[in-house]
Amino acid sequence: MKKEHIFDKPQNVKRLLAIFFGCLVVLLVGDFFVHKHAYFAWEEWPEFYAVFGFVACVVLVLVSKYVLRPLVMRDEEYYDD
Amino acid sequence: MINALPPAFIFIVGGLLIPLFKGKARAAYMLLLPVLGFVNLLRLPMGESWVVPFLDFQVTLCRIDRLSLLFGYIYHLISLITVIYILHVKRNVEYVAGFIYAGAALGAIFAGDLFSFFCFWELLTVGSVLLIWARGTARAQAAGIRYFLVHAFGGLMLLAGIVMRVHDTGSIAFNFIGLDGSVANLCIFLGIGINCAWPALHSWLVDAYPEATIGGVVFLSAFTTKTAVYALARAFPGTECLIWIGVGMAAFPIFYAVIENDLRKVLAYSLINQVGFMVVGIGIGTELAINGATAHAFNDILFKGLLFMSMGAVMYRTGKINATDLGGLYKCMPWTAGFCIVGAASISAFPLFSGFVSKSMVMEAAAHHHLTVVWLVLLFASAGVFHHAGIKIPFFAFYSHDAGHKVEEAPLNMLIAMGITAALCIGIGSFPKYLYALLPYDVPYEPYTLSHVMSQTELLFFSALAFTLLLLAGIYPAEIRAVNLDADWIYRKGARLFYRLSAGLLNGLNGLADRIFVGGLAGSLARFARQGPANLLWLVVSPYLAITGHDALARAQAKTRLYADLAAGTLAIGFTALAIAVYAGILFLG
Repeated sequence: MKKEHIFDKPQNVKRLLAIFFGCLVVLLVGDFFVHKHAYFAWEEWPEFYAVFGFVACVVLVLVSKYVLRPLVMRDEEYYDD
Repeated sequence: MINALPPAFIFIVGGLLIPLFKGKARAAYMLLLPVLGFVNLLRLPMGESWVVPFLDFQVTLCRIDRLSLLFGYIYHLISLITVIYILHVKRNVEYVAGFIYAGAALGAIFAGDLFSFFCFWELLTVGSVLLIWARGTARAQAAGIRYFLVHAFGGLMLLAGIVMRVHDTGSIAFNFIGLDGSVANLCIFLGIGINCAWPALHSWLVDAYPEATIGGVVFLSAFTTKTAVYALARAFPGTECLIWIGVGMAAFPIFYAVIENDLRKVLAYSLINQVGFMVVGIGIGTELAINGATAHAFNDILFKGLLFMSMGAVMYRTGKINATDLGGLYKCMPWTAGFCIVGAASISAFPLFSGFVSKSMVMEAAAHHHLTVVWLVLLFASAGVFHHAGIKIPFFAFYSHDAGHKVEEAPLNMLIAMGITAALCIGIGSFPKYLYALLPYDVPYEPYTLSHVMSQTELLFFSALAFTLLLLAGIYPAEIRAVNLDADWIYRKGARLFYRLSAGLLNGLNGLADRIFVGGLAGSLARFARQGPANLLWLVVSPYLAITGHDALARAQAKTRLYADLAAGTLAIGFTALAIAVYAGILFLG
C-alpha cells in the first residue's frame, strides 16, 4: 500500500493555511498593543511592518516577473553556441 | 613543547598529505585536521607572532586580535562541518583543494602585512578554481576558467595597489588603509571588491558557484566573500561609498533570485544579498555596525552553508537542481527538508534563528545614523530574502508539485553535518550572548525586545502572505528553464562581440594595408625599380631626342624600343660591353 504523506490530504493543506491566517490575525491585533521602539516616525504607524512586508513582496514579484524577466531571460542554450 | 603554528600551515601542509591516507584512516585524519587547527589557534598568543624577515621587510604570519580571531573560529568550524559533509566522496582532489582553500583563507585573515595577505589571497583563487573544476563537466571547466580570469584580474589590481602603496608609504603593514584619493588605495579597494562580489563585479559568483561540486560550493560559499568582508572591515571601515555598494548588493540579487530556476544559483544570489548587509555595516563603520557585519558574516557562513548542503543533498540523491525538476521531496528526505527549513528561517532572520540576532545590528546602526533610504532598502531586502531563500528554496525543492522522485534520505554523514549546522543556527539565534562575546567590540545590544520580535515577525508573515496569495492566484512567476543574463554577459557574449569587432577591424586594417602596401605601393615600387634603368635612361634620352628634332611618333617608337631592349636585357649587355670597352681603352691609354 502506498504511504500517505501529510500534504497528500487536501484538508491538511487547508489546516496549515488556516493556522497561517490565524497567526496573521493575531499579529495584526497584537500590533496595537506593542509599543514600538522607533527610530523613524513611520515605524509607529499601525501595521507598518505588515503592510511593508506584503507590499514589498508583491512589488518584488511583479517587477521580477514583468520587468526583469522580459529583459534578461534567454534560451537555456544561449551561451552554448 | 612546540610553539603554536600559523593556522594556514596546518591546513595547507595537512591538506597536501591527505593522499597518503586511505579509507577510514583518511576520514579520521581529515576530521582531526580542523580540530588540531582549532586547538593550535587557541594556543596562539594575542598580538603578532611568526614575524619573519623577508627582503627588507617584516612579514607577519599571525596577527591575532578579536576581528581576525572571530573569522578564524568560524573558518575552522565550517571546515570541520564541510569535511563531514563530503566524507562519502572517494577522490582526494576535493579534500586537498578544500583544505588548501580553507588554509589560504586562514592565512589571509591572520596576515599582518600586505605581502603575505596577497600571497594567501591568490592561493584562495587556486583552491576555489580546483573546487569548481573537480565537478568534471565541460560547463564547470569553462566556468572555472572564467572564474580564474576574473580573479586573476582582481589579484593584479590588488597587487598593483599594494606595490604602489608600499612605494608611497614604505610600509607593508596591513591596517586601516581607507580611501584618501590615492590610486594605490583605490586599486586595493577594487581588488578586494571583486572578491566581495560588488554589483557588476559579482557575476563570477553566480556563474561559477552553481557549477562547483556538491561539497565544493559549501567551501566556496564560506571563504572567498567572507575573507573580502574581513579585509574591508580591516582596511576600509567607515568608507562611506561602501554603504551604497552594500545597499546595491542587498537589493538587486533578490529580483534575479525570484526568477532563477537553478536553486543553487538562487542561493548564490542570496549570498550576494547577505554580503550586502555586511558591506553596509562596514561602510557605516561604527562599533555596533562592525559588530553587526562580522556577526552576520559568522552566521551567514553557517546558514548559507546549511542551505547549500541541503540543496547539495537533493542534488546528490536526485541528480537534479532546477526547481522545474524538483518538488515533493519532503516525503523521502524529511530530515534534509527540516534542516533546509532551519537554514531558511535563519537567513530570513526569524526570531530564535541566527540571522535575527545579527542582521538587525546592521539595521539598527543604519537607523541610528538616520540613513533613511539605506534602512528602507535593507528592510525591503529583508522581506525579499525571506521570499526567495526562505520560502522559494524549501517550497520548490521539498513541497510544491510532486516531481515523482523516489529517492533515499541523504547519506548519514551529510545529515550529521547539516544537523550540527542547524543546531548552531538555532543555538546562536536563541542564545546570542555567546556569539556577542566574540565580536570585535564590546557594545551592548539586545535583539530580543518585544518591539523587534513583533515587527520582524509581522514583516516576515506578511511577506509569506504575499507569496501565498500570489501563488494561489497564479501570478507567482512559474519556474522556467532559461538563462537569465547578468553582468557576466559582458565577458561571455560581449567578449565574443569584442572578438568579432576586433577581428573585423584588425582584419580590415590588415586587408587595407595589404592592398596599399603589398599590392599597391610595393607593386609600384617594384615596377618602378624593375624599369628603373629604362626610366633613368629615358630621362636622359628624351630631351636629346627632342633637341635633335625627332617628332612625337619617332620619340614614342624610340621609347618603346628602349623599354623593350632593357626588359629583354639586350641593351644592358650592349651597355656592359661598351662599358668594358671604354674601361679597357682607358686602361690601354693609361
